[in-house]
Amino acid sequence: MKRAIVTVVGKDTVGIIAGVCTYLADNHINILDISQTIVQGYFNMMMIIDVTDLGKPFGTLADELAALGEEKIGVQIKCQKEEIFDLMHRI
Amino acid sequence: MINFSEVSETNAMIERENLDVRTITMGISLVDCVDSDLNRLKDNIYKKIYESAKDLVRVGDDIAHDFGIPVVNKRISVTPISLIGAGACRSSEDYAEIARVLDKAAADTGVNFLGGYSALVSKGMTPADRLLIESIPQALAETELVCSSVNVGSTKTGIDMDAVRLMGTIIKKTAELTKDRGSIGCAKLVVFCNAPDDNPFMAGAFHGVTEADKILNIGVSGPGVVKKALESAHGMDFEHLCETVKKTAFKVTRVGQLVAREASERLGVPFGIIDLSLAPTPAIGDSVADILCEMGLEYAGAPGTTAALALLNDQVKKGGVMASSYVGGLSGAFIPVSEDQGMINAVNAGCLTLEKLEAMTCVCSVGLDMIAIPGDTKDTTIAGIIADEMAIGMVNQKTTAVRLIPAAGKKVGDQVSFGGLLGYAPVMPVNNYSCAEFVNRKGRIPAPIHSFKN
Repeated sequence: MKRAIVTVVGKDTVGIIAGVCTYLADNHINILDISQTIVQGYFNMMMIIDVTDLGKPFGTLADELAALGEEKIGVQIKCQKEEIFDLMHRI
Repeated sequence: MINFSEVSETNAMIERENLDVRTITMGISLVDCVDSDLNRLKDNIYKKIYESAKDLVRVGDDIAHDFGIPVVNKRISVTPISLIGAGACRSSEDYAEIARVLDKAAADTGVNFLGGYSALVSKGMTPADRLLIESIPQALAETELVCSSVNVGSTKTGIDMDAVRLMGTIIKKTAELTKDRGSIGCAKLVVFCNAPDDNPFMAGAFHGVTEADKILNIGVSGPGVVKKALESAHGMDFEHLCETVKKTAFKVTRVGQLVAREASERLGVPFGIIDLSLAPTPAIGDSVADILCEMGLEYAGAPGTTAALALLNDQVKKGGVMASSYVGGLSGAFIPVSEDQGMINAVNAGCLTLEKLEAMTCVCSVGLDMIAIPGDTKDTTIAGIIADEMAIGMVNQKTTAVRLIPAAGKKVGDQVSFGGLLGYAPVMPVNNYSCAEFVNRKGRIPAPIHSFKN
């Protein structure tokens, strides 16, 4: 399975999770794990998603998520392949 | 599975502490381009470089995008041109023509530097080597992206003092020919002892003759990450300090390893080595000098600097070799003056001198790097500084290098600006007592004895 990590950071507001999840659902991307906190009014979320059967280039997915965050929700969204975290934090 | 804090830590390193992959450098052998006709040789060189590296920049950018890690530079290194041009070049002007072809190939592939306008003369110069060296000032003045290096000594062969003396003059000429741009030609010219064949960093990169047809070498970086990690080690003992550097170096190197693997797969070119060097940039917070300060020095150059640098260099290597099985190149901490704001501050404060920098080069990779000196410094004095630095490399079985900029028309206290990654440098004073009689002797300094180590 190919996995990717989505991180969402920004000022808390209504509909952040809904916005991200709707986009993922529309693109048939399954969410494997979510953790989320709010620190001093700032929304922090990490999602692990399955991109094994992604129908578009990974770069496009990252761009579209970033644009969704910036233009519609008002938060910063990053989508990165999982390996960078795995390699850095696991021997 | 990956957890929240690990993801935040990685992204904080990238976003706030300047973690990046400094360079993907494609080494390309030009041996199969050799021809006795200069025009055919030039065609062959252009085609080989362009065909090999046309996708390098795009792939580098794609990888950066996929993993969210900046891949700052995409570069090319080629077989030392003195060898490739030997059959076709009859004058230094002929060599300079090859430099222009290299420049065009580099520009057309979109890379930001191409290294390998080089000669390896650690024991002696062939007529072709001499022609190439004599063409360096013109080549560097007429091109934008070409970098040049000359290896004038090694632990096995000693130091070719004829080449050292010649380089003193060549560096001055290069400064003179590019004086309208802050003598920038000298920022692209390195004199080496024990030059590695697989160094991905400029200006000293070339593709050694012992290497495969094509290879990818990766330079990682991250002085800012090490500094940030050390902020948590204030007042702790040396063991804790070392552990912190080592763990950070491991993480940084693993990122390089990932990029190397991906790039190798996508370009169909074998992976060579990861160079572990901590390479600073002029960006605030991306400084090796700042790491030394974080360890407890007021400025880089204060007593204790050499010891702190030795510790840093060794721990970076220990962490790095655990993270990647193929480590090579220069692998240590770079201490360029102009590319490191902390170093510049130390020079301006009067804390860091050329002599202290020389001592620091005994324990770190490379050497006297990106140091601006007065434009009227004598050729023989520059040759003397080179000879000293080469001797340190030769005796200690390590790579050392000299990249001095005798800034034309500038004197001590002035400033030279190169722009971009090369930064700016205060002009530093040089010991002007004469060494002319010494460096004007002909011949070479013999290789050191390899026994009776004391």
